[in-house]
Amino acid sequence: MESIISTKDLTIAFGGHVAVDGITIDIPEKQFTSVIGPNGAGKTTFFNLLSGQLSPTKGAITFNGEDITKLSPTKRTRKGIGRSFQITNVFPNLTVLENVRLAVQSKNKVRFQMLRHFTAYKQFEDRALELLEQVLLADKAHSLANNLAHGEKRKLEIAMLLALETQVLLLDEPTAGMSLEEVPAILDVIRRIKEQGDTTIVLIEHKMDMILDLSDQVLVLFHGQLLAHGSPEEIMNNETVQSAYLGGLYDESSA
Amino acid sequence: MGRSTGIYVIIALLLAVLPFVYDDRIILSLVMQVFIFGIFAMSYDLLLGFTGIVSFGHAMFFGIGAYSVAIVLNQNEATLFYLLLGTLLAVAVAGIVSFIAGVLTLRLQSHFYAMLTLALAGLFMVAAEKMRSLTGGNEGFVLMVPDMFIDTSGPTLYLTCLIVLVVFFFLVRRFTQSPVGKVLMAIRENEQRVESIGFSIMYYKVIASMISGIVASIAGVLYVLSLQFVDTSVFATDVTLDALLMTIIGGVGTLVGPIIGAGIIEFAHHWLSDLADVHWIFKRWIILFGIVYILAVIFFPRGIVGTLQEIWIKRKYKKQQGKEATKDKNEAAS
Ligand SMILES: Nc1ncnc2c1ncn2[C@@H]1O[C@H](COP(=O)(O)OP(=O)(O)O)[C@@H](O)[C@H]1O
Ligand SMILES: [Mg+2]
Repeated sequence: MESIISTKDLTIAFGGHVAVDGITIDIPEKQFTSVIGPNGAGKTTFFNLLSGQLSPTKGAITFNGEDITKLSPTKRTRKGIGRSFQITNVFPNLTVLENVRLAVQSKNKVRFQMLRHFTAYKQFEDRALELLEQVLLADKAHSLANNLAHGEKRKLEIAMLLALETQVLLLDEPTAGMSLEEVPAILDVIRRIKEQGDTTIVLIEHKMDMILDLSDQVLVLFHGQLLAHGSPEEIMNNETVQSAYLGGLYDESSA
Repeated sequence: MGRSTGIYVIIALLLAVLPFVYDDRIILSLVMQVFIFGIFAMSYDLLLGFTGIVSFGHAMFFGIGAYSVAIVLNQNEATLFYLLLGTLLAVAVAGIVSFIAGVLTLRLQSHFYAMLTLALAGLFMVAAEKMRSLTGGNEGFVLMVPDMFIDTSGPTLYLTCLIVLVVFFFLVRRFTQSPVGKVLMAIRENEQRVESIGFSIMYYKVIASMISGIVASIAGVLYVLSLQFVDTSVFATDVTLDALLMTIIGGVGTLVGPIIGAGIIEFAHHWLSDLADVHWIFKRWIILFGIVYILAVIFFPRGIVGTLQEIWIKRKYKKQQGKEATKDKNEAAS
């Protein structure tokens, strides 16, 4: 199987604290990879390295065979790595529609047009509305992003990511903070993208049971290290994982 | 033509007939100053309100405009040709300086741009003081202007300023509503996110810096025409602070707000200086300025236009909700 992203000995240290520690892994193309691990394991930091928000202390990242370790987040997005953020990261004083419309505009490479009115690009707005419908947020299109409930902001985050139509989607705990009723709908959106079969999805999830059936491959992070990787079954039956991660999770949820 | 455009055109037409029906020359030249500082404050809003870039040295571009035209007219004949040449020089210098300031600092945290522009404005002021043969040093110089603008309170200069204001208002407004303008607003909201959806923010910030600088220099050109005199005070920090206050009071990020703010500040300036005989504090403009600024930021952060917009949007929203509620009721009843 072709791998679309590969990391080699990927490491980042904040001061003395090594948050991601020598991760070498291939992300297979058009597959669904989940990243699991307890809080503070380094999952988000791993994404920040893949998407360029952080540069590694050591190691390299290749994308479609090209070394992208030194590229800016902008360039990586344009090459085809899109991401969503765990901590909601939208444009607070713009409308929901405008948030998504900007992403659609970027996808269509309208970058330096300064004399035409933005509504001349009606198709961008239509596409943005379509995406909002997909994530069940169309009724809030004209609210300010600031005024959304937490779960709605998460949906907006996903719509902005989908608008970019990148080869790779990095989703950082997309359902965190959503109400229980909302979660299945969002998982459905993700499942549908998976079923179309032309996108590589990497998803961070804290609650492992939710995504096991979606995943082709599972990576387990623990203290910044890659503890194990394999099919969901292999991970479920892996004893190190059981004792380190599942034990930890159990403690946490019962606490 | 949108409804707001219609309203702006009507107001512009009313202002255009004003000098023909009203002949208080002091008030008319005051209104003209409002036009000039309206252009200047608008250019400041493009930075502060739309892109979220703070500048402490915006006066620099105003001064570049003023000195470019003054020197070119002074060194040559006072004809329309040299006025245009001076304006071109102003635009070129403002464009280059704003480009350099932007490229040097807009990659860094925001206060670097503020500090660099402040330093550059100081540098230009010193240069204007030292290059006596060209600038007349501290005292500045009186200049000849093209014949048509000789009468500073006549309708020609007044209408010229009004037309330039209107043209630049609509141009800048179109710019803010263009795809690029939308990216600028997103940068103001969340730079990092703009990068991660695939725009290089650096280009956009430099574009904003340049357009803002060039528009400000045009205000400086008109200013020098209206005074027929130039001295180093055009580079003073007071000029920047005036633009800041006009923008804040009128409403950041509204474009029309700063023009209204210019009106309020200019007229307040005028009337308060009349009160100087009553109490010394009215002579200390900067003290009043500080107080107004603090009050505005605390109680009125969105400014006049921003607050009105907010009320209007809320109303519209309520009406919509009201409609939906009655619709729901009707549906429930049927
Ligand atoms: N920018 C940063 N500066 C310093 N420490 C950081 C930074 N980002 C993350 N960390 C630390 O790295 C560790 C991993 O964090 P994170 O990747 O957010 O974990 P996860 O997403 O798995 O919960 C944590 O101990 C966190 O405090
Ligand atoms: Mg995380």
